Amino acid sequence: MKRTYSLALAALAALVLGVSTSGLVIAWAKPVSYRLPEETAKFKPAANVEIVQNNCTACHSSDYIETQPRALKSKKDFWQAEVTKMIKVYGAPIDEGDVGKIVDYLAANY
Amino acid sequence: MITRRNVLRGATAVLTTGALGASPARSLAATVTLPFENGERPLVKYPQKRPMIGLTSRPPQLETPFSVFDEGVITPNDAFFVRYHLADIPLDIDPQTFSVEIKGKVDKPLKLSLTDIKKLPATEIVAVNQCSGNSRGFMTPRVAGGQIANGAMGNARWKGVPLKTVLDKAGVQANARQVVFGGMDGPVSDKTPDFAKALDIDHARDGEVMLAYAMNGRDLPFLNGFPLRLVAPGYYGTYWVKHLNEITVIDGIFDGFWMKSAYRIPDNDCNCVQPGTAPKATIPINRFTVRSFITNLQDSAKVKAGREIELKGIAFDGGKGIKEVAVSVDDGKTWTPAKLGRDLGNYSFREWKLPVKLAAGAHGLKSRATSNGGQTQPLEASWNAAGYLRNVVETVHVTAS
Repeated sequence: MKRTYSLALAALAALVLGVSTSGLVIAWAKPVSYRLPEETAKFKPAANVEIVQNNCTACHSSDYIETQPRALKSKKDFWQAEVTKMIKVYGAPIDEGDVGKIVDYLAANY
Repeated sequence: MITRRNVLRGATAVLTTGALGASPARSLAATVTLPFENGERPLVKYPQKRPMIGLTSRPPQLETPFSVFDEGVITPNDAFFVRYHLADIPLDIDPQTFSVEIKGKVDKPLKLSLTDIKKLPATEIVAVNQCSGNSRGFMTPRVAGGQIANGAMGNARWKGVPLKTVLDKAGVQANARQVVFGGMDGPVSDKTPDFAKALDIDHARDGEVMLAYAMNGRDLPFLNGFPLRLVAPGYYGTYWVKHLNEITVIDGIFDGFWMKSAYRIPDNDCNCVQPGTAPKATIPINRFTVRSFITNLQDSAKVKAGREIELKGIAFDGGKGIKEVAVSVDDGKTWTPAKLGRDLGNYSFREWKLPVKLAAGAHGLKSRATSNGGQTQPLEASWNAAGYLRNVVETVHVTAS
């Protein structure tokens, strides 16, 4: 929803605060910036990985997929349902022609 | 449209050296293996947090290592779990300009700064926050979703202002039915439903639901909703909206995706269905089921035979408080009541202890809590497609020799 910060403020905060060594103690009234760890999770290299990367990683990291159960009755049904959910529920703009490739990649590699 | 605010974030990170997390954070070399299929996870280090079990990195989701629950009945801020739905999370917040709006069906819409809120009479409550999908990884058969073990829960002393106080200040109109809560986190794509939750007006005005700015005597950790979050004692964490900046009173039933379609449970006595089947009707998830855990012995532990050992653990429920915790060291054949620890209120973890002696051999240790409302943990796990509400009696397998 609405945000109350601006880049300018954050920059100002950096000037005001200077460089702290611990990086963890911030005076309460000052703007607070949080730095997330670098994202390291990656999709497994295999056929159609680019399509998966282009369609999935805008909204979430690949560890969402990596951590799903694998001992499933039907991996294909599982991943078909997930991709359908991403399109229908979360509005992922996936081309119809890519859906099958994405499902096949996920079922084959995860 | 996909708005990649990450691009902006890169720039911000450079500009704000000296803020939380001065060095680029790292996943530690260590991993942990949660006790279900495909349970290997990295241990990760985030600013303001100790090494946590990493579930996903964008948005960040961190599980509390279970050993933390044996350290004490209050979960430390740096070990408290983190759960977000949508990846466009706020990373720069100025507490001086932060404000929360109270609007909709009220006589006098308000915009309160953090300073305004801190000037109002404060209350404190010790309450468990638990993710609806806590323990989802144990669902049998498995279901899609965040695959967490038992570490998406925590117990903290929350300080803030009763929601009732600010609603009264704004003057809720007679036709009000629900209150909708929105935070600063949002979707990456404008096609994704923004995260918003609703409570019935009477619940919102019960005097316990709170706008919290402090947790265990400190500001909220950034990833736990800094600088202000909703605390809905006894209710699943989905309602505890983080980075809370919008409170809207409405005269209908909120039909946003996160209430109408997501976070629903079967509307029947067990809130469960036969695996693979769909419920006839559903309702929004609400209060916690009653649960208990043994915290000082983990599965596969080896203990001394014939010597007294003190079993220790925690129990909690959705707000009636814990009446009894019974313990079995023979896989559920016989049960002995444990001694309950200090009562920090009906919404808190309640510690329990019981000295036991184990004969040489394998033992299934179990704890079973009963609430003051008469709810008891079931011996058999139930199932629902979303993997919510798990509260079966858990078993810790140990060997005495």
